[in-house]
Amino acid sequence: MTCIEARGLRKTFGATVAVDGVDLRVEEGRILGIIGPNGAGKSSMLHAILGLIAYEGRLEGLGLDPWARRDQLMRDVCFIADVAVLPRWMQVTQLLDYVAGVHPRFDRAKADHFLAPTGIRRASKVRELSKGMVIQLHLALVMAIDAKLLVLDEPTLGLDILVRKQFYDSLLNDYFDRSRTIVVTTHEVGEIQDVLTDVLFMNRGRIVLECSMDDFEARYTEVMVKPEQLAAARALQPIHERQVFGRSFLLFDRVDRNRLAALGEARTPSIAEVFVAVVGDPPGERLEIVR
Amino acid sequence: MIREADAVTDRPVDVQAAASESRPSTWAYLWSVRRELWENRSIYLAPLATAGILLVGFCVGAARLPVGRRATLLLDPALQRARIERPYDFALGMIMLTTMLVWLFYCLDALYGERRDRSILFWKSLPVSDLTAVLSKATIPLAILPAVTFAVTGVTQVLILLTSTLVLRMNGLPAATEHQLPLIQLWGAMLYGLMAMTLWNAPIYGWLLLVSAWARRATLLWALVPPLSLVALEKIAFQTNYIFSFLRWRGVGWTMEAFASKPRGTLMIDPMNPIAPAKYLSSPGLWIGLLVAAAFLAATVRLRRHRAPL
Repeated sequence: MTCIEARGLRKTFGATVAVDGVDLRVEEGRILGIIGPNGAGKSSMLHAILGLIAYEGRLEGLGLDPWARRDQLMRDVCFIADVAVLPRWMQVTQLLDYVAGVHPRFDRAKADHFLAPTGIRRASKVRELSKGMVIQLHLALVMAIDAKLLVLDEPTLGLDILVRKQFYDSLLNDYFDRSRTIVVTTHEVGEIQDVLTDVLFMNRGRIVLECSMDDFEARYTEVMVKPEQLAAARALQPIHERQVFGRSFLLFDRVDRNRLAALGEARTPSIAEVFVAVVGDPPGERLEIVR
Repeated sequence: MIREADAVTDRPVDVQAAASESRPSTWAYLWSVRRELWENRSIYLAPLATAGILLVGFCVGAARLPVGRRATLLLDPALQRARIERPYDFALGMIMLTTMLVWLFYCLDALYGERRDRSILFWKSLPVSDLTAVLSKATIPLAILPAVTFAVTGVTQVLILLTSTLVLRMNGLPAATEHQLPLIQLWGAMLYGLMAMTLWNAPIYGWLLLVSAWARRATLLWALVPPLSLVALEKIAFQTNYIFSFLRWRGVGWTMEAFASKPRGTLMIDPMNPIAPAKYLSSPGLWIGLLVAAAFLAATVRLRRHRAPL
């Protein structure tokens, strides 16, 4: 079943084009990571999917038009934007009562179960909790909702590495199953590489790369090229080259790995390395990627 | 990627989910009203604090009560009633004044605060429509605040009655009679007056809510400056005061429309002034005001849907 489907999705703020004609299809049961620099249009795209902003083009989330049917869509969609969003004046117990009151799919017992090990007191107000506790609280709320789609927009921004790790661990172990779909944006790409089933690069409002992680591993190879092989390696048209401690690392797209192994030490690159190659570090020298 | 081309068949409708979806949206509405009370405790704490101060003041002044009452009892019966009622009217006036301030500040913050602290993103991630959210916020000025004013004033008046009766009895004086202090009639007038005021002022609440959904900062300024500049403009350009008179009529016109005659002095709800529901309900100002309030609320719903967090 298709979870999200966009055709020619476009969002402008005045003269600024935030999302520039995006086609996207996310199937049920996937964990999609959206990677992109600040201002790439990631949040705007997610907000459109969540019915928070109006847009041009065609968009369906779980078969509904998000802008027209946000309240209905939100029965099946959960959203964590970043740690600052839970109302700071609210007591934990009020938060649980309220969500239980308005959300038909919320399971109070489940939320209590997820909260039990966190040490968050029910009488505390959100403003009294640490950043890490707020995200644990939000995650407990969300995991207690039997939703079909979970959207995470920089959910772990400003959190320490232990909390970040715990966040994704509980998400995978206690929440994710093949009937749910997760869409996540983050700058901590390395931490979620193993979590994702699909990855999507965005830059300047456009999708510059989309592939499943299986394809990603099959497609991209990074080789630490021996100096004497450098010319031969460059002849194979690497999409990116970098020097670390005097050694050359060349990144190849769709080049036979056996052939590359002869040139040096070959391995699967990280998402971050491919991102740099595809989106490019200095804005002037951006490599056009052929999809 | 993300294409499992074969898995496109739609799932059969989840029966259990369909059942739980039939839960009436009034639930979301009632919980949202409750949420407003959690967030804005001044709705009941401010009038309670005023009532507390009034009671303390009354107890301190109660020592002089027997002397005053002896003098009052020598007066004409009609004047007796006015004199004996005075602290009760004063309590109502002060508590109304307090709730009016709460009214103002609640409305101005209702849709502004949630954008400022970005919690609107959380509220919007729940299956609660913008209409439900705005209606729950409008319920505070339109129903909760008048009810709180009525209840707090009523209890305060009972406590004043008990205290004064105790003090008078200790000094060998009779308690106020039903004729000198018709408390039930007082409450009837208060309830009627509060309802009349709330419905009459509905466009003001609507305007304040609209500003709170629209303004990026300084909601109080945005609420007051446009009408005040119109007043000033008219005064300077035409040397007339029509807009000012109109605004004053929109603000306190109900005291004349809802009662048989003009109220005494500064009293907004005068229990001696007979109520005039027929006159009130046939006043075009009431119905036009309600239509304008509905238009403001509709615009507020639209704004809440469109406006991004600050």
